[in-house]
Amino acid sequence: MKKAAIELKNITKTFGSVVANKNVNLTVNRGEILSILGENGSGKTTLMNMISGIYFPDEGQIFVDGEEVVIRSPKDAFDLKIGMIHQHFKLVDVFSAAENIILGLNEEGKYDIKKAEKSIKEIADKYSFEVEPAKKIHEMSVSEKQTVEIIKVLYRGADILILDEPTAVLTPQEAQKLFAVLRRMRDDGKAIIIITHKLHEVLSLSDRVAVLRKGEYIGTVETAKTNEAELTEMMVGKKISLNIERSEPENVEDRLIVNDLECISREGVKVLDDITFTARSGEILGIAGIAGSGQRELLEAIAGLQQVQFGEISYNNPKTKQVENLRNKTPMQIRELGVRLSFVPEDRLGMGLVGNMDIIDNMMLRSYRKGKSVFLERKAPKDLAQHIIEDLEVVTPGATTPVRRLSGGNVQKVLVGREIAASPTVLMAAYPVRGLDINSSYTIYNLLNEQKKKGVAVIFVGEDLDVLIELCDRIMVIGSGRITGIVDGRTATKEEIGLLMTKSSGGENNG
Amino acid sequence: MAEIKVKSAKEPLIHITKRDDMSFSKSALVHLIGIVVAVILSALLIVAVTGQNPLELFKAMYEGVIGTSAANIGINKKYTESIHIAAILLCISLAVTPAFKMKFWNIGAEGQVLMGCLTSAFCMLEFGGRMDNTALLILTVLLSILVGAVWAVIPAICKAYWNTNETLFTLMMNYVAMTLVSYFIMVKDRSGRSDLGILNERTGYGYLPELFGRSYIFNILIVVGMVVFMFIYLKYSKQGYEISVVGESENTARYIGINVKKVIIRTVAISGAICGLVGFMIVAGDKHSLKPDIVGGQGFTAIMVSWMSKFNPIVMIPVSMLIVFLSVGSKFATSAFKVDNSIGDILTAIVIFSIIACEFFTRYKINFRKAKKEG
Repeated sequence: MKKAAIELKNITKTFGSVVANKNVNLTVNRGEILSILGENGSGKTTLMNMISGIYFPDEGQIFVDGEEVVIRSPKDAFDLKIGMIHQHFKLVDVFSAAENIILGLNEEGKYDIKKAEKSIKEIADKYSFEVEPAKKIHEMSVSEKQTVEIIKVLYRGADILILDEPTAVLTPQEAQKLFAVLRRMRDDGKAIIIITHKLHEVLSLSDRVAVLRKGEYIGTVETAKTNEAELTEMMVGKKISLNIERSEPENVEDRLIVNDLECISREGVKVLDDITFTARSGEILGIAGIAGSGQRELLEAIAGLQQVQFGEISYNNPKTKQVENLRNKTPMQIRELGVRLSFVPEDRLGMGLVGNMDIIDNMMLRSYRKGKSVFLERKAPKDLAQHIIEDLEVVTPGATTPVRRLSGGNVQKVLVGREIAASPTVLMAAYPVRGLDINSSYTIYNLLNEQKKKGVAVIFVGEDLDVLIELCDRIMVIGSGRITGIVDGRTATKEEIGLLMTKSSGGENNG
Repeated sequence: MAEIKVKSAKEPLIHITKRDDMSFSKSALVHLIGIVVAVILSALLIVAVTGQNPLELFKAMYEGVIGTSAANIGINKKYTESIHIAAILLCISLAVTPAFKMKFWNIGAEGQVLMGCLTSAFCMLEFGGRMDNTALLILTVLLSILVGAVWAVIPAICKAYWNTNETLFTLMMNYVAMTLVSYFIMVKDRSGRSDLGILNERTGYGYLPELFGRSYIFNILIVVGMVVFMFIYLKYSKQGYEISVVGESENTARYIGINVKKVIIRTVAISGAICGLVGFMIVAGDKHSLKPDIVGGQGFTAIMVSWMSKFNPIVMIPVSMLIVFLSVGSKFATSAFKVDNSIGDILTAIVIFSIIACEFFTRYKINFRKAKKEG
């Protein structure tokens, strides 16, 4: 029988009236990969933060190797050989990999970076990592940074590893590499916990799966004896179908034409280069790419929020049949031209909505200027808020609840609802389902599909390639601020898109 | 070795968790307890440091606020005087509030008020007697408002266009204003005194009219109007809404097409304009004098009032009264009992700290270690 590395008994943690974890029981053995599966907000990360000493449980016990322990700080966790790799890396940008790894260790003897680099190499070779110990963090790609984080905990002697959403920022190919490394560590006798909400990863990687739902522990199953449908049911609590319908585009017209666009960020870095594409009415255009490849800048340039250095953005007005130039216009000027452009930004509470304002006041963001009066008119926004709450089934105590108190899915429904209420001709949505539970995600996909059928040109920036392939008519792939390919959503494969994502094309043309 | 240490370690004695928003009655109770604690602490301090009976001292504070004729120390006060001091503080608090709501950290109210004072004094001296008194008052108030607004707008423009740090900038503008006043006094009065005495003492040019036999009642009425205006402006006007959006998130403001630069400059101009008005009220309605420290730090105290009231103009009324009454009362009490007047400041500090500490208890819950069963 395998030995339990960590055992949790009746762990409970609350934040105010929110119960993040309730009576969770969990066991991880040595030489095993355990997936913790659950939707966003189901308490996966909170649970792991208690094992790694960031939070302290309100109730319950933690056992390591059969003995009860009290973990009060990350240092306690290190002493118990527990290492966590967080979703957001905690590295010093201007330091090298080796410097980051030994940071704060207080090893005995004098500071010897050469010796550290040597032992880092040894660890890397043991599990076939690729790492350059002397390379600075800011010169690294996301997956290299992740490697540094993993080696950091191994260097400290961790034999229980927790990885929080490790593949969220990786391409499919990079994820496969990571999985190979994790399997080697498992075979070496380490206990590995990965937190994820992606079903196919769970099935291909882990030995057992523990499922959490709304902070409660639902159960643990052996991966070999389960399937996608059963896991979804455990995760969501009911059977749901995971199909997105995709209708054929109708009345296709060129709506938004972007030609040879070039943008430079505030730091003086070229973030978009040579971007040329057309968004058509009645069609969903997907945008795929590694996070931070210029997706945000592209949408913001179209919305009038990002300075454009070069190129054109033209809009074909379906009513007047006139072509409007949108380049370097402010959002206000774009609206005054009669362009019905709606934008669901990536940063919902930091850009799309005001977290501390209630739903009514957030509706007003788009409409408060109406009328000549110096005073606000709250009647129409109030009706709109009620209407959205009912139609999109927003779970909220009322229309006067600050939106920051709503869950991610409900926040997004409020935002998307408001943007759609403006009856747009172009709808741009950046990562609209990030952090949403499965039901809310499908609500959003349906809303986008409805808009498409109404003849709206929909631009959808997504990160889940499976969804992009199912939902979009065409998929444009961006790599380092350039278009690396535009593929047909009906025929493209995930591998094909994955390769385009990492390809740095066109570099030889301009230079 | 490390492992043994961890295993023998106990659960931490206390740990702090966040709580949901508290109900109003519960939060009121917490604040009440806070004040009671503050009173007990103050009493202990009074006994320990001065040896006086704290109850007597508290009674003297009360008398100091409501007004009394204490002939033995030559004070003859009326309660309206205390209210007037509170009204001035309240009005400066109202002035800084729109900027604060926009997260523009204007700590230059002191200087903006002082510039209003300087302008008023200048008008009274230069134009007094050359025109009808009503016309003079109108000219004085308009110029004071304008100068207050300009004084505030200079850092606002730099913030809006070049993103300079408004906190340092507005702070420095205070010192520039003080130096300007000193210079003005030096030019007007070459005798080397640090103030100008009573301006237009014989003629009364540019004085606000007396109501009910007191010169400052007019000021109190202006401030009452200001409270109503600011409450409506922030809550029900489109401009007030824009201020909230810019304050909460500049990105959201840009996203919905608000001209952020314009809103910053306009809002800070309003802040400065009200400060200028306060300067006018101090000089034309109360002191009829000018010296570099005429504002007396109220421009800074107002920042605290605005924050403690969570930017709510109505809440600012009791808060500014509390702060002023504490300081007026303790000043009176310390001179009546002939103890060092720093004691008064310490008492004020104890009360304010207690109230601010209540914030912590309304937001967080403290959990103590539970007694664990053995075995």
